[in-house]
Amino acid sequence: MNSFTFTRARTIADALRSARGDVKFLAGGTTLVDLMKLDVERPAGIIDLNALPLAEVRRTPDGGLHIGALARNSDVAHHPDVVRDYPLLSQALLSGASVQLRNMASTGGNLLQRTRCVYFRDAAMACNKRSPGSGCAAIGGFNRNLAILGTSAHCIATNPSDQNVALTALEATVHVTGSNGERSVPIGDFYLLPGQTPERETILEPGDLVTSVTLPPPAPGAGSTYVKLRDRASFEFALASAAVVVTIKGGVMQRARVAMGGIATKPWRNLDVEAALEGQPATRERFADAAQILLSDAKPQSRNGFKVELAKRCLVHALSVATAVT
Amino acid sequence: MDPGIIGQSLARIEGPLKVTGTAAYTSDHTKERVAYAVPVGSTIANGRIAALNISKAREMPGIVEIYHRGNVGALYKPSPEAGAIDEARPPFADDVIRYYGQYVALVVAETFEDATAAASVVDVVYADVAAPNVELQLVADDEPAEVSRRGDPEAAYDASPIKIDRTYITPAETHNPIELHASLATYDDDGFTLYETTQAIVNHRNVVSEILNVPRENVRIVMKFLGSGFGGKLWPWSHGTLAAAAARNLGRPVKLVVTRKQMFQTVGHRARTQQRVRMSAQRNGSLTSLRHEAVNDAGMLDEYDENCGEATPHFYGTSNLLVTGGQTRRNIGSPTAMRGPGAVPGLFATESAYDELAIELGLDPVQLRLQNEPTRDQSLDVPFSSRHYAECLTVGAEKFGWSLRSPAIGSMRKDGSILGWGMSGCSWLAARFAAEARVELHADGSARVAIGTQDIGTGTYTVLAQLVAETTGIPIGRITVELGDTRLPPGPTSGGSMVTASVIPAVLEAARAAMKSAIGLATTLERQPFKGWSPEDLNFQSGKIVARNGASGKQIDYHEVLQNASVAMVSGGGKAASTFGEEHPKRSSHSYGAHFLEIAWQPEIARLRVNRVVTVIDAGRIVNPRAALNQIEGAVVMGVGMALLEEAHYDPRTGAPINSNLADYIVATNADTPRMDVTFLDYPDTKLNELGARGVGEIGLAGMASAIASAVYHATGVRVRTLPIDIEKLL
Ligand SMILES: Cc1cc2nc3c(=O)[nH]c(=O)nc-3n(C[C@H](O)[C@H](O)[C@H](O)COP(=O)(O)OP(=O)(O)OC[C@H]3O[C@@H](n4cnc5c(N)ncnc54)[C@H](O)[C@@H]3O)c2cc1C
Ligand code: SF4
Repeated sequence: MNSFTFTRARTIADALRSARGDVKFLAGGTTLVDLMKLDVERPAGIIDLNALPLAEVRRTPDGGLHIGALARNSDVAHHPDVVRDYPLLSQALLSGASVQLRNMASTGGNLLQRTRCVYFRDAAMACNKRSPGSGCAAIGGFNRNLAILGTSAHCIATNPSDQNVALTALEATVHVTGSNGERSVPIGDFYLLPGQTPERETILEPGDLVTSVTLPPPAPGAGSTYVKLRDRASFEFALASAAVVVTIKGGVMQRARVAMGGIATKPWRNLDVEAALEGQPATRERFADAAQILLSDAKPQSRNGFKVELAKRCLVHALSVATAVT
Repeated sequence: MDPGIIGQSLARIEGPLKVTGTAAYTSDHTKERVAYAVPVGSTIANGRIAALNISKAREMPGIVEIYHRGNVGALYKPSPEAGAIDEARPPFADDVIRYYGQYVALVVAETFEDATAAASVVDVVYADVAAPNVELQLVADDEPAEVSRRGDPEAAYDASPIKIDRTYITPAETHNPIELHASLATYDDDGFTLYETTQAIVNHRNVVSEILNVPRENVRIVMKFLGSGFGGKLWPWSHGTLAAAAARNLGRPVKLVVTRKQMFQTVGHRARTQQRVRMSAQRNGSLTSLRHEAVNDAGMLDEYDENCGEATPHFYGTSNLLVTGGQTRRNIGSPTAMRGPGAVPGLFATESAYDELAIELGLDPVQLRLQNEPTRDQSLDVPFSSRHYAECLTVGAEKFGWSLRSPAIGSMRKDGSILGWGMSGCSWLAARFAAEARVELHADGSARVAIGTQDIGTGTYTVLAQLVAETTGIPIGRITVELGDTRLPPGPTSGGSMVTASVIPAVLEAARAAMKSAIGLATTLERQPFKGWSPEDLNFQSGKIVARNGASGKQIDYHEVLQNASVAMVSGGGKAASTFGEEHPKRSSHSYGAHFLEIAWQPEIARLRVNRVVTVIDAGRIVNPRAALNQIEGAVVMGVGMALLEEAHYDPRTGAPINSNLADYIVATNADTPRMDVTFLDYPDTKLNELGARGVGEIGLAGMASAIASAVYHATGVRVRTLPIDIEKLL
């Protein structure tokens, strides 16, 4: 770990003012401090956000939900409104990390957590995301955990979050403030594909502060679930996960929202998959058709080909659970 | 002897220290003026160091010194007689890099943070960098050694109607105890005092004194509490040598704590193995031949024999047998013993093969085992000291409900899952290391036992107290146990599950000698009940000296005797020889066991979990059932990890162990823990020691992976012969 300055922001304006140059915001620190110890993040300064009034979870006037950027993952997961109206977000959060980590981890920090690619996390390895232009050691290496969708020749890293998959299926909006004022960005537009610039992961500009996430009102009568598949029973990132929200009427799926995790370079939503479900009877055959579409342009790497089949089973199972089809 | 304490489920006597955070583990120790050392590891696995640029690191804050080949000072290879070490080359001995992470420099600074920061800017220039050999297919470099042979296995195989020929693979595994390897080294006029994370203080002293070229007497090793080792902390590793060398050069204490990442590189791992098993049988199930041919990988310099056939010659009853072992060199750090070395990977292969043979024969796997149970050790042609394997099988089958198993694949279902039922046998060696001990009885009514062994978290403190309490009748709360220091009489290595068996004769002898001394004193004291008695007529019972025939009704507390005699203590020594590795043993001593278990397979989400495990263990007399249960249950959980999760992956291009952290090297968590039901048969093996105790540290892991593989086959029809049984193998 290298020397750095440490500033505690008292107000949002304070935070924005301090956010000049090579500095990083600190929320729960469970990603940032970890990566600093690994010599992957080497900021000259840290701005501690924890004194800012951004931890609130409350209803919005339209019946949706406002989740402050500093709301802890545990608090969100156990919040009665989340448990009642957005249970898949609660499920997703509780499937992640451990109790201790969830008590520290924040909503905003989770949105911005970095990939678990082992080459990214090891300063001795070639990695375009950490050190642009150095190459991608994961291609042809230990890439079992990495992506089969949304990859490029420059990076195949997954966005490892569970929360972000649920937020994507829930069509959340991310609220940002920065030197260019305030912005509200649909989560579908928030993350970038790696393309030629894997070091750029979101639309955030340097110094931008995430202030909150909002959710639209819950879809009435919808069934939903979050399914996470992994090797062991807990404390592991997803090999494949699915967040689905489906409304059924007369056995026919009226509205479907599907997001996938663990298999793609960003929380993955494919509108063709949803279109293939909507208007169709809720049967395993239709679910399988949708899974086929989801994976049709999958690009498996040397060690993660099994994720194609695993992701299909994950999605079919999630849809079966959400629609109570057995 | 006062019976009763042996066999009691006592809580750890050191438990309160541990749960209150007052037990000082190696890296908790500190010294005035301590400096912190951080080793720099190579980022290639095959090549050489052309130059080491340390000028930038030198300018970093807090730097004390940077050591490398040019300035570390003389370090020697220990002689073979010194003891065990798996990487004999002293650190920095030459410029050749043979594995990823090999230490190339040592940064010493005022704080750990300073040292870490400076280590990250040491610039190593490499030359002759070549692709590392981390090839996974293993073919022995030289003719494999014949470990055991009897009869004519080749001819018997050819002549038999039922045969199987299979190859099994177990991956490199890393030990990953929670406590990182660490060393705090001090050097002064008296020589070295080294606080080490070691499972073998005596071996450590003997080996390290030769590496540092100082008399044994000038090296003291201290290790009071170990955050587990699993074999990875048996023998000295390079970081300890570096800390000692730095302390010697600087004349100030140096602390070095290995990082989790370095734990995958420089402190050993379980070798990868590839094992061919050929078995043949008559149609009635009688085993006609068994060939078990294993190869394991090793580092570039040191021999490493995983000894996969450790259990094979005695475990299986057949007249025709061959066991061989070979090695092949790779650009990896040296492997080392990991919990149940040899037998654990070996039994995965042979017990899996046995399961496959049973299926081939259409026989129940328990039946096949019972049918081929040998009556004596056919390899050594000697009797077993105590073997109750058949009872392990029958008791286990009964407790599990094995008779309800329907053998057809995928035929058992519950709660929407397909159930798989599998079983396996297990075995582990039993022997004693040499041990000396001293027992003191104090005038204040307390006792102290001193022995230069160590407690690696398994309950040795408590067992030692139990032995003294049992022999002397002094309450356990008044007994102090002193271990973990080479100033004490030399005790056994905590390896091979042999500590309990090894300390029994020495401690009992020492306690008796101390008791005898107290009795002798009693007969000399004026105005005391036994003045002038012959010691032969007296007994030491429940902390009192009493007349042997009891007729006189006279008695006196031993501490009163001591007080009256104005002595602070009486003491006695005990000493027992090793039986480990005897060339012509008179009997064959092993522990035995059987696992029966149930897995649940949900194909729709490719989820495999172990539901419940019934384990029956024949490990002689159980000195402390609670501590023994911890060992078996812990091993069963480790077995779930071995079977389903654990594998150290080496990057094919750089040779780096690439999943070198606890998020990517996955071990079983609490949530993966099955329901466990452990039974000890508790037959004393008095041929091994007076109490008949063997050991329980390792046997619980043996056979777990084969039992799970057999259950997975039962559920899915997929026979997995390469561990771990990960999701991709079942899709
Ligand atoms: C061992 C381990 C296991 C884990 N397992 C899982 C898992 O199974 N599933 C899962 O989803 N996650 C898992 N995580 C990741 C965990 O969820 C994230 O580390 C956590 O959510 C990050 O939140 P934080 O508040 O600690 O972020 P920090 O570390 O404080 O910040 C993360 C990043 O976001 C930036 N940042 C933080 N807040 C803001 C803001 N308001 N505006 C702008 N930038 C901001 C920081 O500068 C930093 O770059 C695991 C983590 C660990 C260490
Ligand atoms: S996959 Fe992305 S993060 Fe991983 S090494 Fe390649 S560029 Fe780096």
